[in-house]
Amino acid sequence: MPAVTPRAGDPVITPALVAEHGLTVSEYERLVAMLERTPTFTELGIISALWSEHCSYKHSRPVLKTLPTKAPYVLQGPGENAGVISIGDGLAVAFKIESHNHPSAVEPYQGAATGVGGILRDVFTMGARPIAMLNSLRFGSLDNSRVRYLFSGVVKGIGDYGNCVGIPTVAGEIVFDDAYEGNPLVNAMCVGIMHERDLIRAKAEGIGNPIIAVGARTGRDGIHGASFASEDLSAASDAKRPRIQVGDPFTEKLLLEASLELIKSGHIVAIQDMGAAGLTSSSAEMAERGDVGVTIDVTKVPTRESGMTPYEILLSESQERMLVVAKRGHENAVAEILLKWDLTAAVIGEVIAEPVYRVTEGDKVVAEFPGSRLVTDCPSYSPEARESIAAKELRTVDPLVFPELAEEKDPAWTLERLLSTPTIASKAWAYRQYDSTVRTNTVVGPGGDAAVIRVRGTNKALAVKTDCNGRYVFLDPRVGGRIAVAEAARNVACTGATPMAITNCLNFGNPTKPEVFYQFKEAVAGMGEACRALGTPVTGGNVSLYNESPSGSVYPTPVIGMVGLIDDISHITRATFHQDGDAILLLGDMGGELGGSEYLATIHCAVAGAPPRCDVEQEKRVIDALLEAIRSGAVSSAHDCSDGGLAVALAECCIANNDSQTGAEIDLSSWRDLPDRAILFGETQGRIVLSSDSPEQILAIASAAGVPCVQIGRVRRSSNALEIRLPNRSMRSPLSTLARAYHKTIPMIMSRTPEHTKFDELTPVAAH
Amino acid sequence: MKFGIITFPGSNCDYDAFHAVTDVLGEEATYLWHKDHDLQGSDVIVLPGGFSYGDYLRAGAIARFSPIMQEVITHAKSGGPVLGICNGFQIACEAGLLPGALMRNSHLQFVSAEVRVRVENADTMFTNLYEHGELLRMPIAHGDGRFVAPTAVLDELEAEGRVIFRYADAGGNTSADANPNGSERNIAGIVSDGGNVLGMMPHPERACSPLLGSSDGVRLLESILARVAA
Repeated sequence: MPAVTPRAGDPVITPALVAEHGLTVSEYERLVAMLERTPTFTELGIISALWSEHCSYKHSRPVLKTLPTKAPYVLQGPGENAGVISIGDGLAVAFKIESHNHPSAVEPYQGAATGVGGILRDVFTMGARPIAMLNSLRFGSLDNSRVRYLFSGVVKGIGDYGNCVGIPTVAGEIVFDDAYEGNPLVNAMCVGIMHERDLIRAKAEGIGNPIIAVGARTGRDGIHGASFASEDLSAASDAKRPRIQVGDPFTEKLLLEASLELIKSGHIVAIQDMGAAGLTSSSAEMAERGDVGVTIDVTKVPTRESGMTPYEILLSESQERMLVVAKRGHENAVAEILLKWDLTAAVIGEVIAEPVYRVTEGDKVVAEFPGSRLVTDCPSYSPEARESIAAKELRTVDPLVFPELAEEKDPAWTLERLLSTPTIASKAWAYRQYDSTVRTNTVVGPGGDAAVIRVRGTNKALAVKTDCNGRYVFLDPRVGGRIAVAEAARNVACTGATPMAITNCLNFGNPTKPEVFYQFKEAVAGMGEACRALGTPVTGGNVSLYNESPSGSVYPTPVIGMVGLIDDISHITRATFHQDGDAILLLGDMGGELGGSEYLATIHCAVAGAPPRCDVEQEKRVIDALLEAIRSGAVSSAHDCSDGGLAVALAECCIANNDSQTGAEIDLSSWRDLPDRAILFGETQGRIVLSSDSPEQILAIASAAGVPCVQIGRVRRSSNALEIRLPNRSMRSPLSTLARAYHKTIPMIMSRTPEHTKFDELTPVAAH
Repeated sequence: MKFGIITFPGSNCDYDAFHAVTDVLGEEATYLWHKDHDLQGSDVIVLPGGFSYGDYLRAGAIARFSPIMQEVITHAKSGGPVLGICNGFQIACEAGLLPGALMRNSHLQFVSAEVRVRVENADTMFTNLYEHGELLRMPIAHGDGRFVAPTAVLDELEAEGRVIFRYADAGGNTSADANPNGSERNIAGIVSDGGNVLGMMPHPERACSPLLGSSDGVRLLESILARVAA
């Protein structure tokens, strides 16, 4: 092979150009030492992408290694396109969550749509057919017109993409908080199902095997998307709009069918999405996993426009493309399958024995790296971690220091306010735009504690949910990390599922800030503790750092995507009361912890106090008792107690199902040790509201498990109110008032934004 | 009886229709590829939901030119049953098998929800096992479901009993609130003048299991069976 020579017309490598590519001086020196020469422009571009935070995890890897990843049923842990667990009967579930925060902050529709596209591809490249989508979204306050623009754009982007591909969007969560105003979070999760025998990995193997680019053609969109995702958002971010990819769900649908057909055909040995950093990262990662060399000729890559340089072709993030390693001699068979689906397939390179990563332009070598060092030589950092003094001080605030407002004399007022806060209110405005019933497996759709998807051909079902309370993590990262896992586990358990495994999407600020890195380390440690106690290993995920805008870092938000397994569909349990006369029970502690609560944030505009304690061993006992009760047939409904505390949980049990609202009578008059507002709105963890026609059975199960459980009231179908007796007063909320607050709030706010609000009337991203 | 389910590029409810026919109805079903010209002896054709050709140009506008559609049109013209659901309804209108058109929902948003439809004519190939005026629960999931037609055509459809389903509330009233997309006269489904082509926006194939919330769609498939077998 000829030596690597700079390409005519490429820019000369200067310190300014290196800085523009996001490399530090020491990183550049590392690159020169690896090559033993000055890199070419193409090589600089490749390294800029692969060593970006987004692709390299250079700040997060050492911390992530502390997470538990193993269980007998884990077939594939972190390091692949998606994690895979066995669910018995020869079936397996592939799942993964990923962020698309930065693109969505600038171009919400395409940013969110391509986030959905990317995560779908991560799952079907494992050989799994996607069966459910979830998304976890964070925005600023809906009072801001730009936030409404972002919210409606993101929801439409998610809907249009998933609906067209035909994968139901079944669950998720949406939180509105000023902390996310300049930097929304858009995390998408996909769950797929497959036969274990169809599991395929993205590992290049077999010297002489052809490397084939399939799917859409390569264009100039999304170049440097990975680097863009690895820096703070700023006033200049809007100018980087061309770095954002544009999605085509129709091509994705064809690619999905073609890829699954390819995998089943036996003509290929490996397949990977050309996602972040496009052809560069997919080819380098596949070579590294297989410990082989690769050579790629960019002139063979089908392009959308003429005159594209090697640099552009390698770094393009054009969507709906896959890189395939086929068996030698099977090239035509591969092309035939792609042709059936009206897609292109072009042999662009080969797996070679020589340990190099080589890119040619015809017969000229434009980039060459030794062995797999391209991936393995990536720098790794352990920055300083120090807790912010402000967070420490906030945590010591006594939540009861805020005097009750005059209106709070009637807790019904407070409850109505909380139900109408957008974070708690029904998100039907968003999920009505998502097809949640296509593929006819959705047993419990959006709006419940977790979604439930039946597994066709078996008596089983999956429960899936995403969760995280960023405010808790902000106030105490370790406890907040534990709670994120525990709450997701509780949510899937409420539907009757055993929590199995998680994927996580770790959204944090700039890791070079000691207080941000402290949050990251501590939150991961807390997650690890909860995962170990609950027996839910981490099978993969994504880290999104630099979620910063000029107004500061987002709340540290480690979103957990949980998968649970229901062994018998007859155990599927819903959240809302539905049987007249049922006893209502509270499983778990009485609680009353108001620190970091929605109550303080909404009623007193305060983010303060220590978040609720989270004893992970106790959480495990609560979940086990809950599942035993459900399997015994004693449970009519089960709902997790979370944002807004017991009162909000009870109200949701009464009115969340708009078609079938039910009153309830609750007696908490004996809870004399706690202030009324703490009883009603405290967010103590590990608590479930149950309804049952055989409460003795549940009380016995709880008692045997060592978990507190008390009967607190009865379902009253004939009553049109939620009535609660407290030690010092009573409250009565008509169902119609509660329902209006819960169901009408977001539609009313969003009706303020006409669909076609002009962009230039809105505040630009960095103006606050 | 054999159901032929067309797979266009972008169809995504073909799988649901297939399973409704085979698992619930217990009849034979086969996927028919859009590039083919062979209905493989199918007695009933299903034009399934989805986004054929990405809904590019206009929902259903490109699918009508697929090779297989020539055969479907011939089948329909000779009285063969055709069931067009959601995108299939749009394709049937574009292909001239049904009058009218499906426009963008009046609120301009995609809508996914369970709705109620009232059976307006229980004496058709597709509804003979329902009661007249019966309320059925079925999911909808569409962005372009607003049925429109000239007033004269609407009057003709009504006069000939060809409006089969109307969106209604829990009390059976065809109120504006019960209309999820702004369709003229709350129309959710119509049949052709020969009565053998049904187009509807709600998804009967998604309403075939109590576990999933409703099995009201089963009798629609059974109605076809009863009539065609008779």
